[in-house]
Amino acid sequence: MADAVMQSPEAAAARIKREPLVRNNRSMKWITDHVASCTERKAPTWWWIAFGISSALATVSVLCVAYLISTGVGVWGLNHPVGWAWDITNFVFWIGIGHAGTLISAILFLTRQKWRTSINRAAEAMTLFAVVCAGIFPAIHVGRIWMVWFLAPVPNSNAIWQNFRSPLLWDVFAVSTYFTVSVLFWYTGLVPDLATLRDRAKTKLRKFFYGIAALGWRGGNRQWKHYEMAYLILAGLSTPLVLSVHSVVSFDFATSVIPGWHTTIFPPYFVAGAIFGGFAMVLTIMLPARAIFGLHDLITDDHVDKMCKIILLTGSIVGYAYAMEFFIAWYGGNAFEQYAFINRATGPYWWAYWAMIFCNVAAPQLFWSRYFRRHVLWVFVVCMFVNAGMWFERFVIIVTSLHRDFLPSSWNMFYPTWVDIWTFVGTFGIFLALFLLFIRWLPMICIFEVKAVLPEADPHHGHDDHVAHAALKEGAH
Amino acid sequence: MRTAGNPNGKLFAMGARVESASELYHAAEKVRDAGYKRWDVYSPFPIHGMDHAMGLSKSWLSALVFIGGITGLTIAAILQFYPSSIEYPLIVAGKPVNFFTVPAFFPIMFELTILLSAFTATFGMLALNGLPRWNHPIFNWEEFKQVTDDGFFLAIEANDPHFNPESTRDLLESLGAKDITLVYED
Repeated sequence: MADAVMQSPEAAAARIKREPLVRNNRSMKWITDHVASCTERKAPTWWWIAFGISSALATVSVLCVAYLISTGVGVWGLNHPVGWAWDITNFVFWIGIGHAGTLISAILFLTRQKWRTSINRAAEAMTLFAVVCAGIFPAIHVGRIWMVWFLAPVPNSNAIWQNFRSPLLWDVFAVSTYFTVSVLFWYTGLVPDLATLRDRAKTKLRKFFYGIAALGWRGGNRQWKHYEMAYLILAGLSTPLVLSVHSVVSFDFATSVIPGWHTTIFPPYFVAGAIFGGFAMVLTIMLPARAIFGLHDLITDDHVDKMCKIILLTGSIVGYAYAMEFFIAWYGGNAFEQYAFINRATGPYWWAYWAMIFCNVAAPQLFWSRYFRRHVLWVFVVCMFVNAGMWFERFVIIVTSLHRDFLPSSWNMFYPTWVDIWTFVGTFGIFLALFLLFIRWLPMICIFEVKAVLPEADPHHGHDDHVAHAALKEGAH
Repeated sequence: MRTAGNPNGKLFAMGARVESASELYHAAEKVRDAGYKRWDVYSPFPIHGMDHAMGLSKSWLSALVFIGGITGLTIAAILQFYPSSIEYPLIVAGKPVNFFTVPAFFPIMFELTILLSAFTATFGMLALNGLPRWNHPIFNWEEFKQVTDDGFFLAIEANDPHFNPESTRDLLESLGAKDITLVYED
């Protein structure tokens, strides 16, 4: 290796050269046309079919919620001692999915991972829609939903204030802050691209809609200066925020005394799981979108490869956490804790536990191999396993910990009712319907950021080769 | 010279177009050195190092955001301490309600700090940029639409103290700029 460098700096430079982020030397105009035209063409037939099915499913969810509110939470399968089941499982599942979007948009921005530019817009949109789905469950599980305003710290006629020391109230603040900041971050990123759509608009309606939404953006450097600072600050704010949100969600469990919940490992374990599940969902929706819109030059196999590596990493962290929970249950010497974990793996919910282990720990191990990371079908299959596995994880944590608590006389099983099932299935309709509207109306790839990673976007373009060679020669001697 | 907008109205700026990001960068350095103050370069994406080429200082949006964050922290502290320790101390599980329970207030303090900082970052950025606004004289220039596609533009405003139709045009021409256009305000 060292000899090769000495002999030919060019050969060595070629070896360490990275694949370009945009394939086939696409021009700026090509990028604008290709991304913007997805919103300008007539909606294809498949879109109407997909939108019809997902709206129908969304309606089912809305009807189930209406039935729940009008009748009472008894229409769910909740009982004593399983007072939380699918509702909170679904809440944690959806909110976790959202985290990948923020990770891509904020953390990968701060760490200067330029490959994020092709996927951040769609991932951020996914965050918003997942948080919309997540927000439904805590709101409706309170039973008398018209009392939900009691969560807000406003003076009321009972003169009772909220318990600010309760993790459930922290959760209200964490999730609503998360949603609001995600909207601000997403919209800030959209403004220059909305200006692109405004300047391309042909019809009066589009001119009006995008003209208003672009806020009069001109793309002057005096604007970019503040814009880039705002974007950097929002990324810097979102990074601790995303880590805090799922930590606070995990506090809902970790600060209780229920065996199986009362563990200090929960915050990092939940955050890793959230990113893990979220990346799987990003790939689940991006792979079909890439195939349908022919975006392979922008979302390349390298992007998929990198996301698979993150899934492998976070999946392994989650696997470590599962093992560590068992270790601590044994090492801590608490009989209730030990029973909770033995019951989890061998009790009546053994199938859910082992489904979780298979989907979250075993399946992603395929991604050690480059072949599986670059084979679209395998990636999709593994991601579907991860999606299912992360739902099972939350179900296992919540239901198996609750169904056998300290007093054996109150042990009980949880069986979902049709309302439980269809409310959850319907949220996929809400999620997909919103995503389909998004890809029809807004650019699903961040146009201006992708242009900025092209080689010709560099103001010193054309001089790089000399610099690289000089540095290499210096290093060699 | 070409014109955009109504030539009988007030002159807004003299605009020109260049071919690439690196041309725009070098043009900006020359305009800066010529002493112009009221001018801007327009590009489809932020160009790395352009603030330096234009002689612009760092954005002070971060100072606004700091104030926003402090405000959020203060609101959260008052919001929690006043009801929980003074107005209606809620005793849960026999735990104390005094100042030393402050760690339990940290999550909401953190969230509101982030929330108000993010609002300040977004709306502060818009305010510093003079947005939103309905229209702008530069939009009278038809070619300028390409700025959100692949166009790179430069405009020197007529109210710049150094602005002079002849010398400014000579400068733009010496930079290799094309499509030199007088943009009018209406």
